[in-house]
Amino acid sequence: MEHSNLKTLVDADNGMISREIFTSPAIYKRELESLFTRTWLFVGHESLIPNPGDFYLSRMGEESVILCRDRTGEVHVFLNSCTHRGMKVCRYDKGNAKVFTCPYHAWSFALDGSLQGIPHFDDLYDGVLDPDDWSLLEVDRMAVYKGTIWASWDKDAPNFETYLGDAKLHLDMTLDCRDGRSGGSEVIGVHRWKFPANWKFAAENFLGDSYHNHSHGSVDAIGIGPSARSGVKGRRDDEMRAAQHIWISFPEGHGVHSAIEHPDAEFIDSYLDQPEIGAYFRNCYEERRRRLGDEAQLIPFTGTIFPNTSYHGRQPRGLCAWHPHSSGETEGWRFFLVDTDAPTAVKDFLRHYYMRYSGPAGMTEQDDMENWLYASAASKGTIAKRLKLNYQQSMGAAKLNDPLPGLVATQMSEHMARGYYTRWRDYLEGRDWNQLLGVGDPRFSDGEPVTKAGRA
Amino acid sequence: MSAVSDFSDLIGRNLAEQPGYAALQSQLEAFYFLEADLLDNRRYRAWLELLADDLIYYMPMRANVPLAHDRSDEFTTVGEGIHWFENDKWTVIKRVEQIETGIHYAEEPLSRITHMISNVRIVDANPDLETAQQIAVTNRFLLYQNRIVDDTTTFVGRRHDRLRQNAGTGWQIHFREVIIEQGILQAKNITNFF
Ligand code: FES
Ligand SMILES: [Fe+2]
Repeated sequence: MEHSNLKTLVDADNGMISREIFTSPAIYKRELESLFTRTWLFVGHESLIPNPGDFYLSRMGEESVILCRDRTGEVHVFLNSCTHRGMKVCRYDKGNAKVFTCPYHAWSFALDGSLQGIPHFDDLYDGVLDPDDWSLLEVDRMAVYKGTIWASWDKDAPNFETYLGDAKLHLDMTLDCRDGRSGGSEVIGVHRWKFPANWKFAAENFLGDSYHNHSHGSVDAIGIGPSARSGVKGRRDDEMRAAQHIWISFPEGHGVHSAIEHPDAEFIDSYLDQPEIGAYFRNCYEERRRRLGDEAQLIPFTGTIFPNTSYHGRQPRGLCAWHPHSSGETEGWRFFLVDTDAPTAVKDFLRHYYMRYSGPAGMTEQDDMENWLYASAASKGTIAKRLKLNYQQSMGAAKLNDPLPGLVATQMSEHMARGYYTRWRDYLEGRDWNQLLGVGDPRFSDGEPVTKAGRA
Repeated sequence: MSAVSDFSDLIGRNLAEQPGYAALQSQLEAFYFLEADLLDNRRYRAWLELLADDLIYYMPMRANVPLAHDRSDEFTTVGEGIHWFENDKWTVIKRVEQIETGIHYAEEPLSRITHMISNVRIVDANPDLETAQQIAVTNRFLLYQNRIVDDTTTFVGRRHDRLRQNAGTGWQIHFREVIIEQGILQAKNITNFF
């Protein structure tokens, strides 16, 4: 695929993107080779493997990986493919192991990936095969960040926090305790399901596509939020109603929708269905204000960490990984988060809310899946493919580093998607890490251009 | 919670030779076939009448785990953590209300659905089969769903039900565990009722 071709596929300056990037098997193959082999990918959470020997199968791109904790407590991520003849070494989704013994010819691998057992080694391999050369393939880079585990197959990838850039502030608000203490979350369950849509439809949704609110009219009308039993409509408590919403694009391709509360803002009554839960969250809110001062004015909503990790920061709270299966199929993994030290009653209240909101049986997200499926399917046709998709919303409206780092819009905007697909193109063009981090991207020195197409 | 949900001790029981079994079993089949007719004909409000007010209706997630592991490793446990869903009666009513809005796009236009129910077995009856007020039942379902054009899903699985006889309302389900034979769900959505 030529660079010039990629340029015409993503025309961010004019807010138009080819449907091919959501449908073409050739482009999909290129994504696997040039993008999923380089970016940092979310693979799991420490709370899934609390003890030595614990493992949990995860994915990076299309491939299965083993996430495990070795005897010394160190976390590893290995490609789940035997170095002998390729058998899937571990077929259990989770568990605790002393070694991973391959079902095929019984090579066994220690929890640090080293090849420690080869049947009949002395007779068959001695003097030829050095076990040290045939360890399980370990990821080149791994980072544990506030409980979350991330990995990359690129040894030259920047460290994880550099990769996060200024999106870190926003991701942090998902991972930190509700009362502002750093970290402290745990995963209380993981939905894993396969749906027929291109993976990027899911990722771009969480960049801050607030425009699709319409899709959720049914849950908003009937009320399914934490105060719904008390007669409050909507799919969540309207905690952000008095805040200034902001939509931010970051040089690394990430995008978020967060909000800034007024300095004198107070807790908005929520979780009305159980007053003691409401009191708990009020206390968390006030404690966070005390602890963080002015910084507590920022509150999270949604975001996507480039390329395929999304979060919901508040109601409901969790992380999603959108694993590609093919140009038209995605495996969604949704990790549900709570504060580890939250009272049992709070965790119980939240899990019920999470289940009725999220995932394939979630009353809100069912309608998202329907959109992603049919947007994928209806973009495939010969004639349909002649049309560009439109991403011209709020073209040129975002301001640089005002009031927070990044390209910030104070109205609903698609500039996060324009930025995301600009970086996406850089990966497919095989750019160097400077460019992949957005260094030299004029949007972050001059702001986003307002083009003729955008405001014609 | 576990006393209600745990069918493991009941699965191997055979009550079929005991007096009253056949009559109760055919009564139960009629109940399930009615339930399927109501659902497949979208008479959701009438279906809600078959559910007790203290309903627990859930669908565990499943994982690939070693043979030696116990059930709580393979299946998520009702009352704890995350499942595909864990509904009380209020939530089921909400799901019906959502469909009735006419703007729940994952079910608008409505899916075409058929439930096939089979293998109905009564595995527990209290005080006894002939005067039963409380029963535990296992059965199988095959649910075919098609929507729009070619968006087709087949769910196959088991239901572990507990029903009680209520004066005036007849049998009502107060516990239903829906087990499907999948770990990673091979369906984009679960918008239907099992
Ligand atoms: S493929 Fe794993 S031991 Fe041969
Ligand atoms: Fe949505």
